[in-house]
Amino acid sequence: MGEMEALRKEADNLKDQITEARKVVQDTTLQEAVAGTALVGRVQLKTRKTLRGHLAKIYAMHWGTDTKFCVSASQDGKLIVWDTLTTNKVNAIPLKSSWVMTCAYAPSGNMVACGGLDNMCSIYNLKGKDGNVKVMRELAAHTGYLSCCRFLSDSEIITSSGDCTCVLWDIETGTEKTIFAGHLGDCMSLAVSPDFKMFISGACDFTAKLWDIREATCRQTFSGHESDINAIGFFPNGNAVITGSDDATCKLYDLRADQELVTYQDSGIMCGVTSLAPSLSGRLLLAGYDDFNVNIWDMLKAERVGVLAGHDNRVSCIGVSSDGMACCTGSWDSFLKIWN
Amino acid sequence: MEMIEEIVTRIQDETEGVPIRTVKSFLTKIPSVVTGADIVQWLMKNLAIEDPAEAMHIGSLIAAQGYLFPISDHVLSLKDDGSFYRFQAPYFWLSNCWEPENTDYAIYLCKRTMQNKTRLELADYEAENLARLQRAFARKWEFIFMQAEAQVKIDRKKDRIERKILDSQERAFWDVHRPVPGCVNTTEMDIRKCRRMKNPQRVKKSVYGLIEEVQSQSPVHTPSQIARKGTKEDMEKEIVFLNSQLDRHCMKVSKVAESLMSYTEQYQEYDPFVVSPEPSNPWTSDDLSFWDLEASKDPSQRRVRKWGFSLEEALKDPAGRDQFLKFLESEFSSENLQFWLAVQDLKRQPLENVAERAQEIWTEFLAEGAPSSINLDSHSYERTSTNLKDPGRYSYEDAQDHIYKLMKSDSYTRYLRSNAYQELLMMKPETEQQQGRRTSLEKFTRSVGKSLTGKRLTGLMQSS
Repeated sequence: MGEMEALRKEADNLKDQITEARKVVQDTTLQEAVAGTALVGRVQLKTRKTLRGHLAKIYAMHWGTDTKFCVSASQDGKLIVWDTLTTNKVNAIPLKSSWVMTCAYAPSGNMVACGGLDNMCSIYNLKGKDGNVKVMRELAAHTGYLSCCRFLSDSEIITSSGDCTCVLWDIETGTEKTIFAGHLGDCMSLAVSPDFKMFISGACDFTAKLWDIREATCRQTFSGHESDINAIGFFPNGNAVITGSDDATCKLYDLRADQELVTYQDSGIMCGVTSLAPSLSGRLLLAGYDDFNVNIWDMLKAERVGVLAGHDNRVSCIGVSSDGMACCTGSWDSFLKIWN
Repeated sequence: MEMIEEIVTRIQDETEGVPIRTVKSFLTKIPSVVTGADIVQWLMKNLAIEDPAEAMHIGSLIAAQGYLFPISDHVLSLKDDGSFYRFQAPYFWLSNCWEPENTDYAIYLCKRTMQNKTRLELADYEAENLARLQRAFARKWEFIFMQAEAQVKIDRKKDRIERKILDSQERAFWDVHRPVPGCVNTTEMDIRKCRRMKNPQRVKKSVYGLIEEVQSQSPVHTPSQIARKGTKEDMEKEIVFLNSQLDRHCMKVSKVAESLMSYTEQYQEYDPFVVSPEPSNPWTSDDLSFWDLEASKDPSQRRVRKWGFSLEEALKDPAGRDQFLKFLESEFSSENLQFWLAVQDLKRQPLENVAERAQEIWTEFLAEGAPSSINLDSHSYERTSTNLKDPGRYSYEDAQDHIYKLMKSDSYTRYLRSNAYQELLMMKPETEQQQGRRTSLEKFTRSVGKSLTGKRLTGLMQSS
């Protein structure tokens, strides 16, 4: 086993060098840099709408780009497209498998996707000719549950899975275009960069990885969390990544400095983070926790500036509309709430 | 869970914890209790919490998971008053990964009926549960009954006070795992995590020490994922990756922090959670005019200002894109943007159209003597021409990046300084007067530009 030992030593040596290189550029910390900035005032958002209709735990939701529609997935086996302003259900799509864990809205508004314990990503066409919503494609190849999916366009979608890989699919042909392998634990979540050229994934190996979609390579890996990363998102300018973990903290990693800038934690928070979303400017971070609350953080000063309490069970998903006007939370209590 | 258990251990500490005592009540003593108010106070002091509501939140969380419980209620909540609470025995803590089977629950309910004490009578929902279990376990009820009897015998041997405490703890355990209808079941797990619990073999432990064959109805009963062990190949791949990481140029944290700060500052006024939107937030006022303004072809000053943040922002807004295009036409350099837009459109085409469209773009923008010839460096030109041998949606990725960078550094910066943009920026809400003041030169150049580029490209571009 001498060879493995030597390889391990080499890897450790390189890791030390990388840590050193990161320290070298650490001429300050984010805390110091923002010392002169005023804390954003107390943020108080109220529930404006409650979307009722699901009969079981809601596992996921995603806003459409038009800022008024969103889609939600629940273990009652339904995918519901909501007009959040009127609270009407635009579509209620019955699913083949009720063990759904994720859903996504295509940027064009023409399709939605979902998947879960069936290991597949099912694409539904919302704008079918006869008005009925039907399955358009079933993307099957993963050997583990589908944890997250995000459309790049009407022809491409990226999925993350419990089989530790992420995959880029061509929807038209229903085939895998690229497999992104490298994580050593279930991939729990993914997010696409604002310019659609990269995506990030968070996994149960406690790391987040940045992937180049066209080059099909892993560009960077970020570690530091002490438990599963359940939620991940890009800072609005695309230069930083936010992660949320079972270790009850969220972290901000910068892509260009290649390191963690700050950790969002509080001695009063003892539950894992299930979901997160930045506000439009990136100044605020809204994160959903296992303890039924959403905490609002000032992302620069790393302090809590608000709490959204209103759900009677775990907050499982959260999203901010693309114009930043509204935040939607979904919970195991079967309700979705719109806040602002 | 660990954090909570650490707090629960600290709070019971003899010197630093809450006062746990025996309270004398009418005819009886209530052993080992503490008031809700004491708990809340301790939490505030020891976790440095200023807001009592937050302490209540944490206390309720601890109660909901059964680490402390009200002595006279099945519902696991905490009140900030003089009502009494008891702490759960570590044996019953959630970290022991209990997944108690219905057989255990049946034994428990059965033994409760054997104890002739009114205060241990079954609640309605418990009686219903027992009836259901009797039907479900009809065949082995004799066994369950015997186990219950055995448990009662064991219990009788214990000291009276000790029994009071143990009985309540046992009840609280079942309140967690078989909650009162309507209460949240805090033991429910995210099905994605089920397979990876601390108890991977899922050996079922019986609360009453029974050894039994267990049938699980969970749908997650798939063979556990074999943990990926590092192979030599994995290590070599990792080393290659680490080497590439070492080569990367890291930007200074100060610069990066600066850029984050300026971004948030710039966009803060557009962030409805930080600054209230004008004229009003449609969600609160039910007035949709904000959205109408955002969508209108006649942009407000606010929107125009945003176009100056970056080329991305200018192109994101349809009005911004139109204005920028008009400017480029006036400079006779609109082919760059036309090319960029055509490639964006190509990426959205269904597969069957891709090859044809790709060819059209080549003919229009890149071929020898192309009508809207764009300026591409020879390297990108060669790569693109190679890509087109097998045309796909991303054949022009390289070229598009190059042209984008060109527009960004050259035309876009000039656009921001141009009269056209500046005037829109200075525009006051009353629009009519302003539009009349456009310079005649501008009007002339715009009309000339239009006639030159007008028709040729309409076939290539979808209307946006």
